[in-house]
Amino acid sequence: MGWNLIRAWSIGVYIFMFLPVAVVVLLSFNASQFGSFPMTGFSLRWFVELWNNEAILRAFRTSIVLGLMTAMISTTLGVLASLALVRYRVPGANTISTLLIAPILVPEVVLAVALLLFLNFLGINKSFGLLLFGHVIFTLPFVILVVQARLISIKRDVEEAAMSLGATPVQTFFQITLPLMLPAVLAGALFAFTISFDDITGTLFWKPGGVETVPTQIFAMLRNSISPEINALGTVMIVMTVGLPLLGVGIARQLAKKSGT
Amino acid sequence: MSIETREARQPWILLSPALAAVALLLFVPLMFIVVYSFWLRTATGADQVGFYLDNWNEALTDPFYRDILISTLRIAAITTIVCAIMGYPSAYFIARSRGNKAILLLLLMLPFWISYIIRTMSWINILGVSGAFNSLLLSLGIISEPIQMLYNEATVILGLVHFLLPFMILNIYVSLDGIDTNLEDAANSLGATKWEAFLQVTLPLSLPGLAAGGLLCFVLGAGTYITPLVLGGPRDAMFANLVFEAIITQLNWPLGSALSLMLLAVLGALVMIYNRYLGMAQLMKGLG
Repeated sequence: MGWNLIRAWSIGVYIFMFLPVAVVVLLSFNASQFGSFPMTGFSLRWFVELWNNEAILRAFRTSIVLGLMTAMISTTLGVLASLALVRYRVPGANTISTLLIAPILVPEVVLAVALLLFLNFLGINKSFGLLLFGHVIFTLPFVILVVQARLISIKRDVEEAAMSLGATPVQTFFQITLPLMLPAVLAGALFAFTISFDDITGTLFWKPGGVETVPTQIFAMLRNSISPEINALGTVMIVMTVGLPLLGVGIARQLAKKSGT
Repeated sequence: MSIETREARQPWILLSPALAAVALLLFVPLMFIVVYSFWLRTATGADQVGFYLDNWNEALTDPFYRDILISTLRIAAITTIVCAIMGYPSAYFIARSRGNKAILLLLLMLPFWISYIIRTMSWINILGVSGAFNSLLLSLGIISEPIQMLYNEATVILGLVHFLLPFMILNIYVSLDGIDTNLEDAANSLGATKWEAFLQVTLPLSLPGLAAGGLLCFVLGAGTYITPLVLGGPRDAMFANLVFEAIITQLNWPLGSALSLMLLAVLGALVMIYNRYLGMAQLMKGLG
C-alpha cells in the first residue's frame, strides 16, 4: 500500500515538472493568433514567424556564438585544472577545489554585480567581452565537477604502458590520454554550452543595450504579453537544449564503447 | 631541473589558468565591491571616492530593505520546505524502483536542460487569465469570468519550486542510493515495521542529501530576481530585485555594492554553517 502511494506521489511530481513545458510545446502549434486556449487548430505559422523575425534570429546567433566560445574557454581551463587535481598529488587539493567551485557558491546576482563593476572600473564596459568573461567564470565550476568525475575512472595503466614502450609524454597525451578523455571533455563542453545558452540572471547585468541573447529576448517579449511566438521560441529552445545533451550522451556512449572503457 | 621538481611544478602549470580566472573574475571583483560600497554616488552621477558609511547606513537601517530581506528569506524557506515534501518520496521512489531507474533519472535531469526562463514563463500558459486552468474552469461552468491567479507571492513560490525541485530530488536520491538496503531488511527482521525501519534507519542516513538539497534550494531561491519579475506582482520584489534596481535602473553602484554584499553575507553565512557541520563533499556528489 505504502509503495503505491509513493509511486502515485512521484507520478504527480513528474506531471508537475513536465505539464507546463508540455503546454508550451502544445500551444506553439496553435493556429489561433492569441497565445492561449482554446486551441483552434494545428499550425506551423508561429515557427515561420520566428524565422522571419530578425531580432530573434540575431538573439540566436549571439547565444550560439557566446555559448560556443564559453564552452571552448571554460572546457580548456576546466580540463587542465581537473587533470592537475586528479592526476597529481597537489598540496592543499581540497582548498583548491573549493576555490575553483566558488563561483557557484556565490549567488549569481552578486557575482554579476562584482564582475560588472570591477571590469567597468578597469575600463571594460558592458560588451560581448564582458558577457564572455561572465559566462566563462560561472560555467567553469560545472565543467570541473563533470570532467573530474569522469577522469577518475580512467586508469593510468594504459599511459604507463605507452610510456614504457617508448612514447614521449606529449605523444602519450595526444595518442592515449586525450582519446580516453574525449567523452569527459565533450560532456564538459556541452554542459558549459547549455548553461551559457540558458543563462539570464547574469546576462541581464552584463549585456550591452541592444544586444539580446535568446533568454533575454524572451524576457523582453514577456513584458508585453505572452504571444504564440514566445511559445514557439520556447519549443525551439527546448528541442535545442534537450536534444543536444541527449545527442552528446549518445556520442559519448559510442566513443566509450569504441575505446573499450 | 630534476624530474622531481618538474613533476611537482606540472600540476601548478595546469591549474594556473583556472585559478587565475577565478581570482581575477571573482575574488578581486568581490574585494573591489567591498571598497566600492564605501564610495558615494553624487547627484551628478559621478562616484565620490572615499570612506562614506552612507550606503551601509541606508542598507542596514532602512526598514524597507529589512522587510524585503525578511520576506525573501521567508519565500526561500517555504520553497525549500515544499521542495523537500514533494521531493523526498520521489527520490525514494527512484532509488528503490527496480528496472527503469535510468529512465527515471534521465527524466529528472531533463528539466535542468530546459531553460529557466521558459520553465518560469510556462506557468503563464497554465494560470494566466487565458491559460489552461481558466479555460478548463470556464468550460466546466464553474466560473463565468476568468480569474487572475498570477502575480502574487504564491505564484512566485510555485515558480521557484518548479525551478528548484530537481536539485532537491537529485541530492536526496544520491544519498538514498548509497544506503545499503540490507540495513532496512535487518531492521525488519529484528521486528521493526517497514515504517519504523524507514524512520529509524533510512531517514537518518539520508539526511545529508536532504540538507544538501535544502541548502541549494534555499540559496538559489533567495538569490533570484527573474522569478518575481515574471510571476510576481509589483509588491513581490525579492532582495535580488533591489540589487538589480540599484545597479541597472538607478545606476547607484555604490549602494548596489552594499546591497549585494548584504545578500552575500546572509547566504554565505548559511553556506559556511553547512560546510562547518556537513562539509562540501556531499554537495559536490549531487552536482557532479
